[in-house]
Amino acid sequence: MNITSTILQKQKKKILEIWLQNQLADNALRDDLMTNDELSKQSDELLDALARAVKSGNVDNIYAAEFEQITDILSDVSITRARQGFSPRETATYVLSLKKAICSVMEEEYQDRPELLYKEISVINNLLDQLSIITFETFIKGREEVILRQTDEINEISTPVIRVWDGILALPIIGTLDSARTQIVMENLLQEIVNTGSNIAILDISGVPAVDSLVAQHLIKTVSATRLMGAECIISGIRAEIAQTIVHLGIDLSNIKTKASLASALQLAFSMSNVEVKKVQKNTGFGITR
Amino acid sequence: MIVMTKDTMQIVREQDVVPFRNRVREYAVKIGMSLVNQTKLITAASELVRNMLKYASGGKVILEIISKNAQTGVRLTFVDEGPGISDIKQAMQDGFSTGRSLGLGLPGAKRLVNEFDIQSTPGTGTTVTITHWKHGR
Repeated sequence: MNITSTILQKQKKKILEIWLQNQLADNALRDDLMTNDELSKQSDELLDALARAVKSGNVDNIYAAEFEQITDILSDVSITRARQGFSPRETATYVLSLKKAICSVMEEEYQDRPELLYKEISVINNLLDQLSIITFETFIKGREEVILRQTDEINEISTPVIRVWDGILALPIIGTLDSARTQIVMENLLQEIVNTGSNIAILDISGVPAVDSLVAQHLIKTVSATRLMGAECIISGIRAEIAQTIVHLGIDLSNIKTKASLASALQLAFSMSNVEVKKVQKNTGFGITR
Repeated sequence: MIVMTKDTMQIVREQDVVPFRNRVREYAVKIGMSLVNQTKLITAASELVRNMLKYASGGKVILEIISKNAQTGVRLTFVDEGPGISDIKQAMQDGFSTGRSLGLGLPGAKRLVNEFDIQSTPGTGTTVTITHWKHGR
């Protein structure tokens, strides 16, 4: 029964040749991302695995054990390509051009038996369509991994804790404050309070685009946690429109010290820790003279 | 009443909240809403969309620019197929929450916008419609 597998074995060299030609003929192929040797080695491996799998007689269920090796190779190929920056078209072409190669070899082989040819080609079609779905799925998974990694990186770099003065920390928050962000902000802040022995922390929310009740709840939690550590928290950067919104929403921030700008929050922090900042008249010719 | 622009957005994950808010801002800017009104509308929308994600694990939002009596405004309709709200009166009270939050989402959103309507059938889902006019108070 297994004509497909016979052809795959007998004509392997020819199929591989046509397939590689197909792949190389595609104008979009990026030879800067992968050498031709690598490509032919990868293709050879896949074709071998395919011949072995089809030999078992299973041509419908690609989730069976015989196809494990193929799906492994394909997943591997797509994930590497996703990471290397291949386009979806290039990755899909990889499997789809194999279909073209096998079909053209079959056509040559069974020119005089159209009925058989039709049956075999539809089998191959079905099989390779399923394989290309796998390729696509894993390609997208690969891309999503890249995005997730970047999200983590953004979270990491976007929550710096700055020591602005002896005993005073500033924490500019930029972007949306969701539960995950709050966790990172709180952890960094509390750790830094311990490390530096600070007793005042300024949370600046000028970079937070919208303050809704969830964000407010997160802020209140952060302030309570800071207070438990014996430090005082000032929230700065509350813009006029945000102040109005908070009032309408009914959020009670009255027992939290809030300021409109980071500068006024810093001033409050100075007066709380009995520090005075003065302008000094200088006549040396250097620095600021007024 | 005339609907000038209409669009639908599916909300299924928390990551959809920020693009959704940006879209609402786009609509508000398009009709020339003031910054305070923009912020009010966006905050109300943010509350409702978060409710939708938290209690109904997502749904869809219909965004419209509407015109009535020579006024332009943005109308947002939040449709979900979640468990529904059994006691709307209770849900509209300040500080009532079944999900350990501040309990200000629904009543707060109502105070932030010009028009607010909520329909809910337990077991079927909830639809919240809010409208904010360009020159809303």
